[in-house]
Amino acid sequence: MTIQFQSMAQFLAMGKYGAYVWPSFGLTLLVIVLNIVWARRLLRQAQLDARRRLVIQEQNA
Amino acid sequence: MTWTWFHRLGSPPYVYRLAQRLTPWFAWSAGVLILAGLFGGLVLAPPDYQQGNGFRIIYVHAPTAWLSLMVYTWMGVAAAVGLIWRIKVAHAVAAACAPIGASFTAAALATGSLFGKPMWGTWWVWTPRLTSELLLLFLYLGYMGLRASFDDTQRADRASAVLAVVGIVNVPIVHYSVVWWNDLHQASSLTLAGKDTIATSMLVPLLVSLLGFTLYFGAIVLVRLRAEILRRERAASWIREALA
Repeated sequence: MTIQFQSMAQFLAMGKYGAYVWPSFGLTLLVIVLNIVWARRLLRQAQLDARRRLVIQEQNA
Repeated sequence: MTWTWFHRLGSPPYVYRLAQRLTPWFAWSAGVLILAGLFGGLVLAPPDYQQGNGFRIIYVHAPTAWLSLMVYTWMGVAAAVGLIWRIKVAHAVAAACAPIGASFTAAALATGSLFGKPMWGTWWVWTPRLTSELLLLFLYLGYMGLRASFDDTQRADRASAVLAVVGIVNVPIVHYSVVWWNDLHQASSLTLAGKDTIATSMLVPLLVSLLGFTLYFGAIVLVRLRAEILRRERAASWIREALA
């Protein structure tokens, strides 16, 4: 396997397909990043809520 | 054969800690493999003799489409296990799968559209492959909407699980649509048995990508699963230890 492009401009052009290749990769990376952000936010919120419930339980005990 | 491992997988504290321990392994191996696979696909794989450099979309289209089906299968099987054995953790797994599957189904449809325009000359056609994949997106969204419409988690679990299990029928339809019907969409280049119809230099980055995306799903679903378990286990004393 070798690098298939002679220049950066050639790489970005992707033949005549740059307008389709780059949005595809960009969109997929966006979905990858968003899933990480959403999942971590969900867990942090659930941990926060659980801690809060523990405090309330202790106060009522 | 003992079933202790199966019973342990029904225990929320055990699964919570297991998920916590496994997540970094999935996440780091996924990160390395996805970067390697995408680099290989974008830079190292030779251009296709018909589709030129446009074929490189396959390196994001195939893994997102693969996840759309694999995640649904996990969701459906987990929902079935939850229904049959009344295991709460199984329902939590199914609930954790849905948003991931929905987002990757949307990505598969979008990258497919970006693939279709230059190769077929159209963003969309109502052929069996594309239509059944769109139905897959609606099944995910329906599942999530149905869950959200119940206040009671147990009732949400049961109702949504029925939908998830029934919807499994659509998974083989998506997969075999290009074989059963004369679809504009090309047939699969990868088969478990038999000869792959793709050159090795193109295949290796694709397999690396597919494995990377699969492990990535593992990492995300484990994080979401922990959130689901915490939300469900309201008064459990193990939570105090787990959060310490």
